[in-house]
Amino acid sequence: MTSEDAAKLLTGQFPNAVLAKTDFRGEVALTIPKASLHAMAEYSKSELGFDYLLDISSVDHFGDEPRFEVVYELCVLESGTHLRLKASVSEDELEIASVADLWPTADWHEREVFDMMGIRFAGHPNLRRILMWEGYPYYPLRKDFPLEGKPSDVPDVAFTDAAPLAGGPFVTAPTDGITLVREPRARRPGDQPPQEQFIAEP
Amino acid sequence: MSAQNPIAYDSKVEGNIIFTKVDAAINWMRSNSLWPMPMGLACCAIELMAASSSRYDISRFGAEVMRFSPRQSDVMIVAGTVTYKMALAVKRVWDQMPEPKWCIAMGACASSGGMYRSYAVLQGIDHLIPVDVYISGCPPRPEALLDGLMKLQHKIMGEHSVEDQKRALVETI
Repeated sequence: MTSEDAAKLLTGQFPNAVLAKTDFRGEVALTIPKASLHAMAEYSKSELGFDYLLDISSVDHFGDEPRFEVVYELCVLESGTHLRLKASVSEDELEIASVADLWPTADWHEREVFDMMGIRFAGHPNLRRILMWEGYPYYPLRKDFPLEGKPSDVPDVAFTDAAPLAGGPFVTAPTDGITLVREPRARRPGDQPPQEQFIAEP
Repeated sequence: MSAQNPIAYDSKVEGNIIFTKVDAAINWMRSNSLWPMPMGLACCAIELMAASSSRYDISRFGAEVMRFSPRQSDVMIVAGTVTYKMALAVKRVWDQMPEPKWCIAMGACASSGGMYRSYAVLQGIDHLIPVDVYISGCPPRPEALLDGLMKLQHKIMGEHSVEDQKRALVETI
């Protein structure tokens, strides 16, 4: 069974639930509504043989509506067939069904998505933060969260400060210039913006 | 017996007797049996392990007894990147170490956050616990760790804990 076959079978079983299908160099992705995610995941596992969940990731389309997207990478271990399911989650209703009852590995993947993006998973057995400390008030992988972090203080638990990023050596310049101009260099406030300079061929 | 020379020998008294101050004797014992609490959190821990191997041999300075229980340790060697999540555990282990205790911040990450200017990383362990010796390097070579250890030994040799206790006692009277 190829990815194409799996997508066809899944579309045949849930004809109204496939909003879009993309095929990029043999990688098939189905965009589905989040309401039918659990049923489709269950069908993929029990009938199509997707016995392995490779990864759950999340995308922040900041400025668009719906803002978030959760991406599931399914795999058949025996044949190596892959299938990608994408479900949109709007900011007003940040919740999607958990698939931890189908694939136990989803437990930690979903905890990571919750920790970094703030998307809740309904029916998850243990939805706690996994990378940041318990009680941290932000979701750091969102587009509107700065790289240096925000100060926070939870009394008797922990605190964070914004990291001193300005002037540091790891700041990229937001220009369309060549790599030498864009790449991370020590830049202090008040410095001239980096200029493109002529580099002789070696 | 002078400040430079903390022990004295008098040949007119019996042999095998030296005169010294209690502080000097205690400091000598403390500085030459620093039992480390190895807080290995990243690649610096590899250099920390190398420092106890035969080539560098940290036991020449009496600090080879890596104690994995904070209750038996004297010096915490924070070797590596301290994330905010791990910082809670580091502080907890530090609080369990009995006084007197010292801390060595080994490497750029433990000293200042290093190259991790990020929301997830504590920008220097000195935000949480008092640090006695900072060692630069990313990661520092074992020689640098041994140098930092010797610096800490010098620092301990200058302490006067018994004298302070005696003064505090006199002041209460």
